[in-house]
Parts: sequence; structure tokens; C-alpha cells
Amino acid sequence: MATTSSFTTGKISAETIGGNGVSLGEKEVKKLKIKRFEPVEEPQIHYLNAEKGLWSWLSTVDHKRIGLMYLAAIAVFFLIGGTLAVLLRTELLTPAKTFMDADTYNQIFTLHGAIMIFFFLVPSVPAVLGNFILPIQLGAKDVAFPRLNLASFYIYLIGAIFAFVSITTGGIDTGWTFYTPYSSSTGGNVMMMTLGVFILGFSSILTGVNFIVTIHKLRAPGLTWNKLPLNLWGLYATSIIQILATPVLAITLLLLTMERALGIGIFDPALGGDPVLFQHFFWFYSHPAVYIMIVPGFGIISEVISTFSRKTIFGYWAIALSSLAIAFIGFLVWGHHMFTAGQSSLATMVFSFLTFLVGIPTGIKIFNWLATMYKGSIQLSTPMLYALIFLFQFTIGGFTGVMLGALSVDIHLHDTYYVVAHFHYVMMGGMVMAFLAGLHYWWPKMFGTMYSEFWAKVSATLVFVGFNVTFFPQFIMGAQGMPRRYYNYIDQFQPFHVTSTIGSYIMAVGFTIMAIYLLHALIKGRKASANPWGSRALEWQIPSPAPAHNFDHTPVVLNGPYDYHRPMSEFQMGVADKKH
Amino acid sequence: MNRFQDFYLPPAKSTVAADTDALFNFVHITSLIFLIGIVAAIFYFVYKYKRRSEHDVTPVITHNNALEITWSVIPFILVMIVFGWGFRGYLNLRTAPTDAYEVRAIGKKWLWEFRYANGFVSVGELHVPEDRPIKLIMNSTDVIHSFYVPDYRIKRDVLPGRYSSVWFEATEPGESTVFCTEYCGTAHSNMMAKVVVHTKEDFETWMATAALADAGLPPVELGQQLVQRNACQTCHSIDGSALQGPTFKGIFGRQQKMEDGTVVTVDENYIRQSILQPQSQIVEGYLPVMPPYQGTLNDDQISAIIEYLKTID
Ligand code: HEC
Ligand SMILES: [Cu+2]
Repeated sequence: MATTSSFTTGKISAETIGGNGVSLGEKEVKKLKIKRFEPVEEPQIHYLNAEKGLWSWLSTVDHKRIGLMYLAAIAVFFLIGGTLAVLLRTELLTPAKTFMDADTYNQIFTLHGAIMIFFFLVPSVPAVLGNFILPIQLGAKDVAFPRLNLASFYIYLIGAIFAFVSITTGGIDTGWTFYTPYSSSTGGNVMMMTLGVFILGFSSILTGVNFIVTIHKLRAPGLTWNKLPLNLWGLYATSIIQILATPVLAITLLLLTMERALGIGIFDPALGGDPVLFQHFFWFYSHPAVYIMIVPGFGIISEVISTFSRKTIFGYWAIALSSLAIAFIGFLVWGHHMFTAGQSSLATMVFSFLTFLVGIPTGIKIFNWLATMYKGSIQLSTPMLYALIFLFQFTIGGFTGVMLGALSVDIHLHDTYYVVAHFHYVMMGGMVMAFLAGLHYWWPKMFGTMYSEFWAKVSATLVFVGFNVTFFPQFIMGAQGMPRRYYNYIDQFQPFHVTSTIGSYIMAVGFTIMAIYLLHALIKGRKASANPWGSRALEWQIPSPAPAHNFDHTPVVLNGPYDYHRPMSEFQMGVADKKH
Repeated sequence: MNRFQDFYLPPAKSTVAADTDALFNFVHITSLIFLIGIVAAIFYFVYKYKRRSEHDVTPVITHNNALEITWSVIPFILVMIVFGWGFRGYLNLRTAPTDAYEVRAIGKKWLWEFRYANGFVSVGELHVPEDRPIKLIMNSTDVIHSFYVPDYRIKRDVLPGRYSSVWFEATEPGESTVFCTEYCGTAHSNMMAKVVVHTKEDFETWMATAALADAGLPPVELGQQLVQRNACQTCHSIDGSALQGPTFKGIFGRQQKMEDGTVVTVDENYIRQSILQPQSQIVEGYLPVMPPYQGTLNDDQISAIIEYLKTID
């Protein structure tokens, strides 16, 4: 403790950096020789080729490789979920049957939701980008429990297998929300799917535990809490939610399974249960889960905007603490999903109030990011483009959230396409854009190559246009009263549905282009330099791709990750003696 | 303004709609102002502070208390206005006037049934007078449904094993659509009904005739009316085509194979049983989705339906 805290005093002065002994702090003096290590360009040996063969991947405990395996897995799920979405949109081209029957439609929208939420969004940022970047940003060699990390990947796969079994043995048509008593009485293989999601939860919990311990214990010398990259604050807040909320989902799904399998009445009124209790349990997890999905996105956006504005982040503590505030208040707003379900007016009022309260820290972040760009040196590279798209779309998602928090208006809008549009603006327009910003930002570090900037921008534009063409009309038809989860609809809504479907095709083209240029970059992209964006953050002070153990020398952190007013040389410090 | 509003909101046909719409517009316009500001700032910054060279030096601006307090407090005040306004509207939506006219509403897969004080039952149509508060006492016989009338800006979940209620006061005669907005399975999106608003006098006449209308009809005609009124045709055709349920064409005397393998001949008792407790015997190749009409149809009505079914071939 003494050694780390001695760094927090910031007593390392510029003159002592040159390689002499440095005395730190007044109380305890520990001599550390530090010197400058410039990253090697185009390393021959790195984490991707340090070990070879399929087995070296499947049995790896390297957080970076685990991150990539997650990336492959969620890419597959995104492809499946996205294809299902296009099928749904195509069916909705006409008010009656277009090409699939009602039961198929119901199964497909259920799968689309369940896959996108549980198998794509929840693990996307923490498990893929978090796994890859968190230890590097901390200056650590790996997460605190590398084997647990690998275990959580396999638990995720097992959960996925259960889901596939469910799909192939009857499927489910409950909606991703599994509302009782419908879910305890309908046909299909609901049990397998709930078990799958149940198992998946453990993967999420273990990742959360791992991240919290790692952030607490494995920070590099000098990396005090006030120099922690905002991405890590985001992941930290997310991990807390993952640990506290996911068990509730697990219990709920277990109770549901017990009801279906053993006929124990918990939620089904026919058995003496209470269906609204299920909704409480479910949203007690699923609302915080919204923040599991979005808070890590905030972290990425902070990194990207600061890097591409070459400027100190505005309101570091406001951004960091508002993530934590959102994480905590986020636990107390679940009832806003149930304003029409029958809660007391008092509960309704409290939930509405807290919902508005949680909106404030979110709004503050948006202003902070804008202020970061002010007087910056802005470069509109692909990650920045995605960050700006995020700002625009997430703001719309946030404002429409305010609309839905307003009680009397929510009574009208609840369970209409307005809600569908709102959460797509938050989840897809916000979170997925943040994920893409992060993926394009750290891509060089992950694979050591660059993607085509031109095609990346073409694709980003198509995704942006497609997204808004798809979901904006849904606000209008929702406000007009088009209910969600409708296979048939009344003729008056057709123009909106057709526009929306066209938008989804544009988006599909955008994502296809993205898949192509990323695969191309993977195979024969041009080599990336160690720090292509000129960032000050720690992960950019090592070679691209990263070495097998991240740092060839223990890094020493003198400045914050956004201290663009300090010379680059001050950011490449490491312990001089070779023991590591 | 009104022309514009017609584009994104349904017509306002209840006493509470105006307040909800006003709040809706308030939030929209305020949001729009903020959004325009944010987008303008993005464009301006991207253009004005475009990177000139790799050696650009940027100022160190870590925070600005005055600015930060402003942009926390102003949104806070705004959302508190929205909160208070919304809550007041909500309380109004929740508290039905004491003199409200009560109608029972029952949601079942996949139809809405309404029962009036005089014992009359209508399926798929709710008849109400204008300018009079109506309170629906609702429950479901199977899963959760939700009663939604966009024109009135009202919605309330309809639960099995529990009563819930919703009230409204229609301001003009005419028709409005009722949707089910809680996903309830295969024909969820067909679970619609309409509210028919009569003038006060018309409503009285309707009430008086509706209850008596059936009395004088010959059984076959009555049966035909009941089949229509109870929405049997959403699942049963009379032209031989199979919808969600078997066709009524030639149903009487038909040999019907059941899921459990037995073969029955369709007679009066079988039809009666099929209508009252459809789940007790399921026809092979069909799903157990027919709602039970126990309590909805009385013996005379069922007999009339049977007589009508005999005539379809
Ligand atoms: C939601 C769809 C639905 C509605 C509405 C519905 N039914 Fe059915 N009905 C079915 C289905 C499906 C079956 C076949 C499965 C079964 O036996 O329950 C069926 C079976 C029947 C049968 C037995 C048919 C046979 O060939 O054996 C009769 C008689 C019948 N219904 C009458 C009615 C009447 C009368 C009404 C209106 C008062 C009605 N149904 C409304 C779906 C429906
Ligand atoms: Cu329903």
C-alpha cells in the first residue's frame, strides 16, 4: 500500500525522469529507476503469434485472446440476430401475411430480442473490448484471475449451446421478457432458453468479479484512481451492476423453470401465483442490464472523443462519478417498465421521479463530451465518426426516455413502437455505435493492421442513414398508437413500416461492407504503427499488436491518460531494471 | 400546430387526451431545442477545430464549475416540471369519477368481451354514451392482456385472477380502435375491438334494443348473429378453408379425429362442449387456442348457434 500511495503524491518531477533514482513521497521512500521505453514498431513476435495452433487459442488464459474469442462469438450472434431482424422487417412490409405465419413471426422476434440482448449486447463491450483492453490500460500483464476469465468464456458458450438447443427443439415465442403466465403456459422449449440465459449470467458475474479485483489490485505504479482512464470507470461501474443484478435474473429464471417443470405456483395465477411479481423480478435485473449495456459505452466514447480531439477530457470526475451514480440509481427505477401493470400510485410516482433523476447524470456526460471537443484539434477518423453518431442518436434515445418517464404520456406510449424506437436508439444507436467506435479505435492494437478508412466511412454513413430511416418512423407510428409485437397491423401504418423496412436494408448493406473491409484488414491490412492516433493512454505506449504479456517492462504512470499538454516522451516510462 | 400534431398523434377523443398531448408537445419541443443545440455544437466544433497539424496544441480545460452547475440545474428543473405534470395527469387517469358508468371487460385469447349492467354481452364492440365517464372493470381469463385506446390515450393491463380498471370519457360520437398491447400469443395482433360512442339518446335506444333484439329472432338467424358477434369467424370459416380452427362448413355430423386418437361424430353435445370448454377435446392438427365461452353464452344462445351450424354445408 505504501509503495503505491507514495506515487499518488505526484512527487515525480520532470528532472528526475532521466533515469536516476527517484524518491517518492515524503513518508516512505522507495527508489525506482525509471526510464523511457519507446514502443517497438511492427514487432515480429506478439500475442497473436507467440503461440500457435488451435489448442493454444482454446486453452489460452491470455485476456487478449479471450477477448478475441468473445469477439468471434458475438459477431456470430450479431449476424444471426441481425438476419432475424431483417426477416421481421420484411414480414412487416404488408399489413397481413407477407411470407411467414404468425407463430413463426412471434418466435423470430423473441429470438431477435433474446439473442441481441443476452448474447450480443451484454457481453459486447465488457467481454470483448473490456477483456482486451482493461489489463493493458491498467499496466497489468493480465486480469487478476486469468483462468476464471477463460472459464467465463466457456460458460458463455455452454449458455449459447442451450439456446441453440431451445431454438432447434421447438423454439420460444414469449418475447425476450418471458412474461408470465404466458411463458409458463405456452408451448415450445422455454425451459432450455431460460436455462441458457441462466448459465450465461454466471459468465457475466465472473467477468464482473474479475474486473473489479483487477482494477483494485493490478494498477501499474503511479496509476492512481484519478488517473484511471474513463473507460475503466465505465467498466468498473458495469461490473458492480453485473455482480449485483445478474443473480436476481438467475433466481427469477430458476423460479420460472420450477413453475414450468414442477407446477409450483409462483407467477401463474392458475397455480396461485402472482404474474406481476415476475415483472418486478425481471425488471429488477433487466433495467440495470440496460446500464450494463450502455455504461461501458460511455467509457469508450470518453476515450475516443478525447483522443481525436487531442484534448484533456472535460469534467473527468463528473464523467467518472456519473457512471457510478447511474449504476446505483439504475437499480431503483425498474418500476418504470410497469406503469400500466398495476402498481400503487405512490410506487409509480417514486419510480418516475428516480427515472428523471437518472437522466441528469446522463445529460451531464453529453455536455462534458461536447466541452471536450471545444478548442480541440479534431480529427474525423472512423472511431470519432462513430462517437459523434453516438452523441446524436443517444441524445435522441435519452430525450425519448424522458418522454416515456412522464407518467401520463407513458400510459399512451407504453408497449407501442415508440418504445421500440426509443430502446433501439439507446441500444443500437447508442451502445452499438459506441462498440463500433471502440472496435475501430482499438483495432490496430488488436490486430496490428489498419482497415480501409474510406470503406469504413462509407459503411458508417450507410449504418447511420439506415438506422435513422429504420427507427425514426417508428417513433411516429408508435405515437399514433401502433402496438409493438404485432404481426398484423392496420393499413394506416403501412407507409411507416415500409420506410422502416427500407432503412433496415440500408443498414444491412452497411454492415456487410463493414464485415468485408474488416476481414480484409485482418488478412492483408497494412501494418499499423504502435500509436496511430497519437493517444497518450497507456495502451498506445506498447507495440501493435500487443506483446504476449502486454508490457516488456513494468510501466510507470506519471500523467493522466488525457494529459495532452505533456510531451509524448513522458508517457513512455517504465521501471528501468529488468526484473518484471 | 394542429395539422402538425395530426401527423404524429392520433385524434384526441377523450377528456384527458388534451393534457397528455400538451405534455407530449412540451417534451418534444424542449428536446428538439436541446437536440438542435447539440447537433449545431458538434458541427461547429468539428468544422472550427478541425485538426490543422499533428503538432496542434490544445488548452487544458479540466472543468468549469459555473458551466457545469448550469447544465445540471437547468435540465433538472425541466425534468422536474415534466415529472410533476406527468404525475398530475397520471393521477387524473387513475381516479375515475364516482358517477362513472361501469362496464365489465374481459380479455381472453384473442378477443374482448364486454358485459353491461342489463346482462347484455357484446364481443369485439364496446358501446358507450358520449360525455359520460365510463369505467371498465377488467380481468383476463388466461394470460396478461392490455387494453389500449390510442384515441383516448388510455391503457391498462388486464390480468388473470385480479381486477384492474381504467376510465375514460369520450367527447364525440364515433368509433375508436382498441388494441391489445401486452403480447399474448399467436393472434395477439388480431386482438382488437372498437369502441362505439353513441350520443346519449342513441345509447339509451341501443341499450333497450340490444337486450331485446335477440328475443324475437328465429334460432338459425340468432345463431348466425351470435357467431358474428362473438368473433367466431376470425378462426372458423364457412367456406371450407381452414383458419386457426376447423371450418364450419359441413361441420354437423362430420367425423372428427381428436388429438388423442379417438374419432367423434359432431353432434349437439359435442358442439356444446366445444364451445363451453374447448380445451377438453382438441381436434387433430389444431392448437388449443379457442377461448372458452363458458359464462359468455347461455344455453339458448348455444342452441341457436347449433341450429345455425347445422345449416352450413
Ligand atoms: C381464437 C380462435 C377461435 C375462436 C375465436 C373460436 N374458435 Fe372454435 N375452435 C378453434 C380451434 C383452434 C378449434 C380446434 C381445436 C379445438 O378443438 O379446440 C376450434 C374448435 C371448435 C369446434 C369443434 C370443431 C370440430 O370440427 O370439431 C367448434 C364447434 C367451435 N370451435 C365453435 C366455435 C364457436 C361457436 C365460436 C364462437 C362463439 C368459436 N368456435 C370461436 C378456434 C377458435
Ligand atoms: Cu392480448
